[in-house]
Amino acid sequence: MSWWKSLSRSNIAWALIALAALLLFNLIFTPNFMHVEIREGHLYGHLIDILKNGAPIMLLAIGMTLVIATHGIDISVGSVVAVAAGAVAILIGGDLAGHPKYPIIVAMLAALLVCGAAGMWNGMLVSRIGMQPIIATLILFVAGRGIAMLFTNSMQIWLYAKPFAILGQGYVLGLPFDVYIVAFVLLMTHIFTRRTAAGMFIEAVGINPTAARFSGINSRNIIFWVYTFSGLCAGIAGLVVCSTVMNADGNNAGRLFELDAILAVVLGGTSLNGGRFYLMGSIIGALIIQTLTTTIYAFGVPSDVAPVVKALVVWTFCLLQSPKFRLRISQVFVRREQTT
Amino acid sequence: MKRKSLASFRNLPVLVTLGLFIIMFSVGSISFPGFFALQNFLNLFIDNSFLLILAVGMTFVIISGGIDLSVGSVLALAGMVTSSLLEKSHMSPVFVIPIVLVIGTTLGLFMGYLIQTFDLPPFIVTLAGLYLARGLCYIVSLFTIAVTNPFFVSTAHAQINIVGTNFLSPGALVAIVVVLVGFFISRYTKFGRTVFAIGGSEQSAILMGLPVARTKIAIYALSGFCSALGGIVFTLYTLSGYGLNGSGMELDTIATVVIGGTLLTGGVGNIFGTVLGVLVYGIIQVLIVFQGTLNSWWTRIVIGFLVFVFCLMQRLFENRKGAQVLRSVGAKAKAG
Repeated sequence: MSWWKSLSRSNIAWALIALAALLLFNLIFTPNFMHVEIREGHLYGHLIDILKNGAPIMLLAIGMTLVIATHGIDISVGSVVAVAAGAVAILIGGDLAGHPKYPIIVAMLAALLVCGAAGMWNGMLVSRIGMQPIIATLILFVAGRGIAMLFTNSMQIWLYAKPFAILGQGYVLGLPFDVYIVAFVLLMTHIFTRRTAAGMFIEAVGINPTAARFSGINSRNIIFWVYTFSGLCAGIAGLVVCSTVMNADGNNAGRLFELDAILAVVLGGTSLNGGRFYLMGSIIGALIIQTLTTTIYAFGVPSDVAPVVKALVVWTFCLLQSPKFRLRISQVFVRREQTT
Repeated sequence: MKRKSLASFRNLPVLVTLGLFIIMFSVGSISFPGFFALQNFLNLFIDNSFLLILAVGMTFVIISGGIDLSVGSVLALAGMVTSSLLEKSHMSPVFVIPIVLVIGTTLGLFMGYLIQTFDLPPFIVTLAGLYLARGLCYIVSLFTIAVTNPFFVSTAHAQINIVGTNFLSPGALVAIVVVLVGFFISRYTKFGRTVFAIGGSEQSAILMGLPVARTKIAIYALSGFCSALGGIVFTLYTLSGYGLNGSGMELDTIATVVIGGTLLTGGVGNIFGTVLGVLVYGIIQVLIVFQGTLNSWWTRIVIGFLVFVFCLMQRLFENRKGAQVLRSVGAKAKAG
């Protein structure tokens, strides 16, 4: 079965088919799903919502893709989102009149700096001390929310500084502002990884760190910077999340985001075993998740039940990626061919 | 001499944890009046009984070189099913408890099957399990279910005197039984030895003819069973079921196992070390409560820091062990 072979080998194709199937399903069963209209100069509709609400996950997925490409994992991103939100909120301050304590741009840069440092901490643990990535990032996963709560003194901080809202609520040329942020980060990452040798180095480290080192790649530094980058992406996502709701909640900001980000990367065709990575695939993966969530909501399923569907999707995609499972399936096809 | 150094290499993390616990208890006893009491020590078991049960299951998983992220949500699911069956279906606890245990075990069994048969990474499979169980909680009910079943209420309030008026709760007793059974299984059964062998080197375990596939699936089933049992004990502790219960508990569980000296790379571990890990976790919380001014979020930060320190320690041991192996291989090569 050659079509089966070529399909099962192509990684992005699966994600595209899944997204297309989801959209088709919605086109038939969800009224007005594809409807996009212009209201007050902005585009409105389910599709725009998916782009807008999926932005934080897309940002996280970009960073996560590179981490997973090095055969790592970063489960601290959700907590780092909370840290970023907490840091920026405390620097802007909850002044009711909307006067920020520090200039907004300074507050944002400071929050990004904190998140970059968090990423460096992860990178140091994995690359210098040699901890397993899941455990190294587990530390910040546990402690991160504590740190976020310390920033905000265990309170939710509501923000009233109008200019900060542009990040998560603003529109440029009819499209939500955060879509441009995602596009910018994606473009920069793409140029950096595909127009320079960096992407190849990352893949080499993911396939075999020892061999990569012997061929002259500084594996440790690559791993270190990949985690730092993931921390930064989480920081940007945190700013977007905070700006969208104008609120910093150390407990709930970015809750379960790490799972969505990992899921997006896996759906996008990047193997959890490292190696080849697909930035565009991860973006499509994030869109699949967001579309799925929107679909579930559109059908009136309580938001808390949505994880059940996500879990089933993860398991299915893991199976589809598993060589053993593919072998079994292709054996079934071969047997069928032989009998007919 | 060599054997002695190996023994100390294995026991050192546990001894460090024991030392840490004693220091923390002493500091608490000196700083706060009323801290030094047998009941205060027993309370650690009462307040962390469910965590202890989860940690025993997790110890087996981590010794085998795997990880189970679903324990916290399976605990919540077990609690939801228990309270729903008791209160909404008015079933007898005699039926409810076995049903819940079977549900937890089946979930674990299924995840173990996926991990073993299709070679999937344990953390992604159990991560999906975390999602699934959490979502199923809300399918059972979106709201808190209070438990008023007479058997559960009377059990929850029961106090079993140990020394004088110092008591343990039935939940804590269950936890202690689980620890003892877990210890027995890990040390004195074929299954336990196979778990260690798989963690040491799965390839070697297969070549030795050990039932690796069956054991690996059973490990996750065992962890699922422990999570369900933990859920029932948690329901006893809070007398209610709620979908958000035990969120983040999977990481607390892993943290206590690591602090207890179980190597994350597998092959080395000790159930009693895990008990010490849970006690250290508990005493951090008690200290923060006694201190009064510190934010309860400090627990998280301290636990994160402790995991860091213990992982660092493990890496140092591993490096030393690796160096030893290299040296012995080199010596053999020279001799040959």
